[in-house]
Amino acid sequence: MSETLLKNGFVLSPSDGQNGIADILVKNGKIAAIGANLETDGEVVELNGKHVFPAFVDMHVHLRDPGQTYKEDVESGCRAAAAGGFCAVCCMPNTAPVNDSEAVTKYIIEKANAVGGGVRVYPIGAVSKGLKGEELAEIGTMARGGAVAFSDDGQPVSSSRLMYLAMQYSNHFGKKILSHCEDKALAKEGVMNEGETATRLGLKGIPRAAENAMIAREILLCGELSIPVHICHVSTREGVEMLREAKKRGVMVTAETCPHYIALTDEIIDSRDYDTNARVNPPLRAEADRLAVIEGLRDGTIDVLVTDHAPHHRDDKEVEFIYASSGISGLETAFSVNYTTLCRENGMPLEKLIELMSYSAPAILGLPAPKIAVGENANLAIVNLEKRKKVNAASFRSKGHNTPFDGMEFYGAIERTYAGGRLAFKEDKDA
Amino acid sequence: MYQHKDLLGLRGVSAEEITDILDVADTMKEILRSGNKKTPHLQGKSIVTLFYENSTRTRMSFELASKYMSAASANIAAGASSVKKGETLMDTGRTLDRMGTDIIIIRHPVSGAPHMLAKCVRSAVINAGDGMNEHPTQALLDMLTMRQRFGSLKGLRVAVIGDVMHSRVARSNIIGLCTMGASVTLCAPPTLMPVGIDKMGCTIAETTKKCVSGADVVMGLRIQRERQQAGLFPSVAEYCDNWEITPELMQKANSGAILMHPGPINRGVEVSSDAADSDRSVIDAQVTNGVAVRMALLYMLTRRELTPFKSEGGNEI
Repeated sequence: MSETLLKNGFVLSPSDGQNGIADILVKNGKIAAIGANLETDGEVVELNGKHVFPAFVDMHVHLRDPGQTYKEDVESGCRAAAAGGFCAVCCMPNTAPVNDSEAVTKYIIEKANAVGGGVRVYPIGAVSKGLKGEELAEIGTMARGGAVAFSDDGQPVSSSRLMYLAMQYSNHFGKKILSHCEDKALAKEGVMNEGETATRLGLKGIPRAAENAMIAREILLCGELSIPVHICHVSTREGVEMLREAKKRGVMVTAETCPHYIALTDEIIDSRDYDTNARVNPPLRAEADRLAVIEGLRDGTIDVLVTDHAPHHRDDKEVEFIYASSGISGLETAFSVNYTTLCRENGMPLEKLIELMSYSAPAILGLPAPKIAVGENANLAIVNLEKRKKVNAASFRSKGHNTPFDGMEFYGAIERTYAGGRLAFKEDKDA
Repeated sequence: MYQHKDLLGLRGVSAEEITDILDVADTMKEILRSGNKKTPHLQGKSIVTLFYENSTRTRMSFELASKYMSAASANIAAGASSVKKGETLMDTGRTLDRMGTDIIIIRHPVSGAPHMLAKCVRSAVINAGDGMNEHPTQALLDMLTMRQRFGSLKGLRVAVIGDVMHSRVARSNIIGLCTMGASVTLCAPPTLMPVGIDKMGCTIAETTKKCVSGADVVMGLRIQRERQQAGLFPSVAEYCDNWEITPELMQKANSGAILMHPGPINRGVEVSSDAADSDRSVIDAQVTNGVAVRMALLYMLTRRELTPFKSEGGNEI
């Protein structure tokens, strides 16, 4: 029997009615008691009012496993997730081989069960075979094997016909399509947001319309079919506006965004002298977009915060800008960036942030949500909101140290994470 | 005096520094004019040109500048295709650095590549053109040519016509000329005019006539045939109809206006032969000034003491 008593934490879990100082007794991985003045013979952790949240769930990560394990693997990805306060992640299918089969889906789940340290991994299957955008992948079989949604993320489903079919077919199995919106013909050779910064730097731009055109298409398909669709990583002001309008009309569309779209703009590529760690797809946009995305989160237009955790080896980033891989290793900075940007700088209540990071993803995908209630597995993020910490990419658990946040300071340090009843992360006090 | 380690672009270079470079270039031009084009300025210095794109005039201009000043010089012509497959730019840079180069002159198809190189080498780096970003030595030779003709750059009105979007010459000239107090007006097909370029301090004219009206300098930019194939404009004939620089267009500029072009010229596309070969054309003078400006920069960038390599167990030189 192992017992840990988390004493005097500020427990905030809106859907469980928790909102105040309480002790939590964790016994054999389950929450055994919540209350005042609990006692134990086991370990006691004094929290002194630090916050205890339901651990976060990220519905958009890349674990690079199988096939690109020099960038990340299931084990390192789960360790990174735990260090970021997450108890579950959904991983995109652009692996090698592509997760377009039940075999790969099951491999990921089994590996996570073996080495995930308590962090749950929910695979997302490919919409099309080999992510080629031509024929439907075996969506039904993958769903049976444990795939929780379907996406060709990284590549858009360029054919409207294929998306039209995929939405209907996937819906039959009760799963959603997560759409990476990008008109490739319009984006062409662009490597950053089109605008004055790209012009000044002499880099080819990606117009916002490349993203907007496909968001519009998905809204139209979704409305016509009355089948829900989810829009990945929204980064534009027009995207937010279209989603807001569609939701008003009752279209069953949901949407996500990422920490980098609310905290950064394309200016950082200039101020950091062509820093390839700021290359990401969709690209970092302008200030007006950043503010619109924040507003979209505040008013519910955007439903969920994800990381789009995209770890890369430094060899993939320490090259000329246009040859650099796109993506940011985001799991370990997500909470602090979101909290600092949304709550500290934009007045968002903590409850709303918990909704965006812990509850929304399970609700969208029909997964079990983390709860802070007696009898539940411990899925907890213990956070010191007052601590301001400098991001040190070199200390990441992820194999990918690619982050434009390196060296920046944010509030909100994750001190402990319980995932699936296990202590999955404990802050290194020397770090 | 120019104090930076490298010359990566004209962004961040002050008016005083540009003036210094142009002043030194004027003295270098005297050497070029003399019968004995050999000076000891760069004796004991080694200079490498590392070109990932084809170039005749820029590379030759740097090479002759080095030779006239007695440097040891070498050239590497790395095909653009080898950039992706072969050694990384950083590794190539470090290798050249360890061979004792004082200056690495780089031309590269990717914007920002010289900046990346400069961060990992001890040698001074000169940007000889990176992607669509900058071509600072071209703008310096252009400004030298303008200054020789008009005495000062302040208040000069410069019209730039052609493929602004893909032009590093345009960007460096906009930055340099604005720093020096000149004004720049651009004209291009809308598909070759990059978004937000006016934020760099220039103005945009709808027509070539409006663009050159009141101009002291008319500068043509090269139109590459690939741009038409990429669908950026329908045909060369239509381009010429609307944007070609002709003697008639030059008549709309100020009476003493000069015609410039960074070369190589597509005769009959961006500039007509009659205009290019007219009395107003200073295109040949630009070429000579190119050598002078590069001599000045090579000289100025080798005045700096190189910091020693970090000691790495007998690795230092």
